Amino acid sequence: MSFHTLDARRLLCPMPVIRTQNKIKSLQAGDILEVSCTDPGVIQDIPAWCRINGHTCLGHEMVDDQIIIKIEVGQD
Amino acid sequence: MTKQRKAVALISGGLDSLLAAKVMLEQGVHVEGINFYTGFCVEGHTHAIRKKSKDKVKRNNALWSAEQLGIKLHIVDVIDEYKDVLINPKHGYGANMNPCLDCKGFMVKKALQWIEENDFDFIVTGEVIGQRPMSQRKDTMPVIARESGANDLLLRPLCAKFLPETKPEKEGWVDREKLYEFSGRTRKPQMALAKEFGFVDYAQPAGGCCFLTDKSYSDRLVDLWKARDDNRNYEMDDIMMLKVGRHIRPKSHFKLIIGREDGENKFMSGYKKQFTHLHATSCVGPLVLIDGEVNKEDIQLAAQITARFSKGRTEPSVTIEVTDKHGVSNLLEVAPLKAHEIPEAWQV
Repeated sequence: MSFHTLDARRLLCPMPVIRTQNKIKSLQAGDILEVSCTDPGVIQDIPAWCRINGHTCLGHEMVDDQIIIKIEVGQD
Repeated sequence: MTKQRKAVALISGGLDSLLAAKVMLEQGVHVEGINFYTGFCVEGHTHAIRKKSKDKVKRNNALWSAEQLGIKLHIVDVIDEYKDVLINPKHGYGANMNPCLDCKGFMVKKALQWIEENDFDFIVTGEVIGQRPMSQRKDTMPVIARESGANDLLLRPLCAKFLPETKPEKEGWVDREKLYEFSGRTRKPQMALAKEFGFVDYAQPAGGCCFLTDKSYSDRLVDLWKARDDNRNYEMDDIMMLKVGRHIRPKSHFKLIIGREDGENKFMSGYKKQFTHLHATSCVGPLVLIDGEVNKEDIQLAAQITARFSKGRTEPSVTIEVTDKHGVSNLLEVAPLKAHEIPEAWQV
């Protein structure tokens, strides 16, 4: 298991979802990905994308104006 | 044991693609969704920008459709490749700057590449004959199948009975008898089928899911190209800015983008380093970006227009802070323009 980050700030949905999807393709099951975003739409969209694609959204937190979403990569 | 066949369904987030994918699932086909992001999709962006949408859940309808269907969804960024579709459409534009026929052909072609790379068997779309005036007509639907190269690997379950048999039907991967014969602009058959499948909440965007079908958006795009001496190339930021604010072009070489509410002002503030920008300091007012190269006289006029859209519009003078791309600011005292001094021809 390894820890990874992705900067999706200033991108509007669905771009943060696309960047997350593309990043996860290079990761292993069990890896943790932390995505930094500014578009509040990600609070709906990234968990929805995780649910339908077999990944686990571990939650999100607000840090200043940013939304940090944590994902555990599932099996392909 | 019969091999389970695999289809990729183009999912826009609307009702038709939701139903087409569901019809395939009901026939035991393994379905995954694909959604192409061109940069002009109505999904997402404006929901995020404008405050008026705050009461609505900011959901992406393509993701939502996939979740209702219990299928995977692959979202593909085609922003760069799409430029050629928009700039040089072989079949021209629809009522506005919408190159619908070329667009659908492009998307089916991309889906064909995807099924080849991912070992899928065929492509499904939610097209319905007569639903759209350009891309969904009986005479243009074969054009999409042919020009995309998908040919008989392209199945439209909602109107398949009006069309020649496709490979999935011929090979018995799907039962043609259980496909549909929907046509025309009425949505009643789709709504009845949605009810049958138990879908009660689905998106039905008027005018489709693309900004290019919108007249005011298309007018802004044409204005942008004209102002750039018909250089039609564009960047993502260009097409984003066309979705935001009130656009006023007082002279051919520059225009103003004026925030209409807090959500837009906040979004536009992310572009301050790329544009000379103005705002009132003596009263409340919008953030205004200047798109184009401007001289001192132009800035004076831009400041007067900025004052016009501030709360101080009836005052004899308003203080406007003007900041250039390097972050250097100046204060100007200006008389707000009167309403009649902003001709309709300036509005983009």
